[in-house]
Amino acid sequence: MSSIITNPRISVQGLNFFYQDNKVLKNISIDFADKSVTAIIGPSGCGKSTLLRVFNRMYDLYPGLRAEGSVIVDGRNIIDRSVAVSTLRAKIGMVFQSPTPFPLSIYENIAFPIRLYRKLPRSEMDGRVENSLRKAGLWEEVKDKLQRSGLGLSGGQQQRLCIARAIATQPAILLLDEPASALDPISTAQIDILIGELKKDYCVILVTHNLPQAARVSDYTAFLYVGDLIEFGATNQIFTNPGIKQTEDYVTGRMGY
Amino acid sequence: MKPDPSVLLRRRIVNYCMLVLFTLAIFISIGALTAILWKLSFSGLKAFSPDVFLKSTPAPGSSGGLLNAILGSVILIVTAMVAAIPLGVLAGTYLAEYGRTSRLGDVIRFCNDILLSAPSIVIGLFIYGIIVLPSKHFSAWAGAASLCLIAIPVIVRTSEDMLRLVPNSLREAGVALGCPYWKMIVKIGWKSARPGIITGIILALARISGETAPLLFTSLNNQFTTLSMNVPISSLPIVIFQFAMSPYKDWQNLAWAGAFLITITVLGLSIFARQMLSPKRRS
Repeated sequence: MSSIITNPRISVQGLNFFYQDNKVLKNISIDFADKSVTAIIGPSGCGKSTLLRVFNRMYDLYPGLRAEGSVIVDGRNIIDRSVAVSTLRAKIGMVFQSPTPFPLSIYENIAFPIRLYRKLPRSEMDGRVENSLRKAGLWEEVKDKLQRSGLGLSGGQQQRLCIARAIATQPAILLLDEPASALDPISTAQIDILIGELKKDYCVILVTHNLPQAARVSDYTAFLYVGDLIEFGATNQIFTNPGIKQTEDYVTGRMGY
Repeated sequence: MKPDPSVLLRRRIVNYCMLVLFTLAIFISIGALTAILWKLSFSGLKAFSPDVFLKSTPAPGSSGGLLNAILGSVILIVTAMVAAIPLGVLAGTYLAEYGRTSRLGDVIRFCNDILLSAPSIVIGLFIYGIIVLPSKHFSAWAGAASLCLIAIPVIVRTSEDMLRLVPNSLREAGVALGCPYWKMIVKIGWKSARPGIITGIILALARISGETAPLLFTSLNNQFTTLSMNVPISSLPIVIFQFAMSPYKDWQNLAWAGAFLITITVLGLSIFARQMLSPKRRS
């Protein structure tokens, strides 16, 4: 099914995920291409976010969550306990549904993740911060108020600040968990454009409820339904010529969820 | 349906009666508070003079002040808080961050709540038993220890509550960057909850600055100004207790001055704590 991807950045084989005894992801196999956007779509509770949160081992935070199978990133199965999560997470950035700026200045929000891994001289740090903010399309708006609190920004700006923070450690993979669902249409459009820019450098995985957004910004689309991967393919094909009836029902809005 | 006029009339009468009851309750409780503050300010200010801060407690009939008591109270409170703040904040952090779902967390939380509502005289008696009796004398250390035990559960409780208000998405965002959990707590959790945690600390401080019962049989009292922790030490609540009960007019006046001083301090601390928590200070 995933033969359309050559040289994948993330390769998932036979992934099962359990919440205590509840199996919420069932034998998922899927490849994610580098330098492109893959959208994961599906109704609420289908396991989209769960799948996304496997890739940076976010589930480690909570007791009773367990993954089985293989998720290969750079030749290693990241589900394996021996993989150090902090190294993994330096390589994988994540942006959440609601903006999560830290109660720090705009500058410190970006410098925070960099300091976790490297001690940089001030000038180099300034450059890194500027670079990250530029990539997130926020630099022009905040360059004169870097020392102000990140909490003072608008919702859309906060979300772009979070994207800048996520790419500050120069990751290879970017996980976006419904990054625009709490934003107004104008901010959403900005995020969409930004995602188009980001895919030049990263393997972007986007979980979204917003089907037009998935159709607009993604190159590949995966449709999940109650823990099963129903269909995966080029976005164009999934939205215009789906191979499976369930996918067609969902993308055309005929499925009554 | 057209309402029956008698139903409407009855509603209005009941509504009016309830309103009168609520207003009455407010007036009685606020009235009591105002009366206390009025009497305190009146009698306290009358007894106030620079001597209050400059001289030690006098023998009956001679002039004096409250210097030894003020100094003693400050020493006791500062010593108690220096120990209680780190212990309380760290324990509260454990409960909020690690002990949220664990059985151990539940047990600790339950014990802390019991300690929180324990009568202060029980805590004084406990310290009397484990410090004063073995060392065979009253001391400032014992007084500070009992105040510390009263402050800790207050700080634990507020620190936990305030850290629980930090949205979980903020924790996840920190951890997703590869931040170790402890560092996330220190740099992000504490930072977010800081106004609330400081408020809890101030409330604990206000609480112990008026405590009398546990000091009665731990730090006792001292007629002279002392900076030593190994001897009995004077404190405002104890001096108030002793002087107010005395038959001497000047002692009674000093008791009023001391009571006024404590009230103003606690009032000031409470107002400051409220300011810390007000929404205007956020963001």
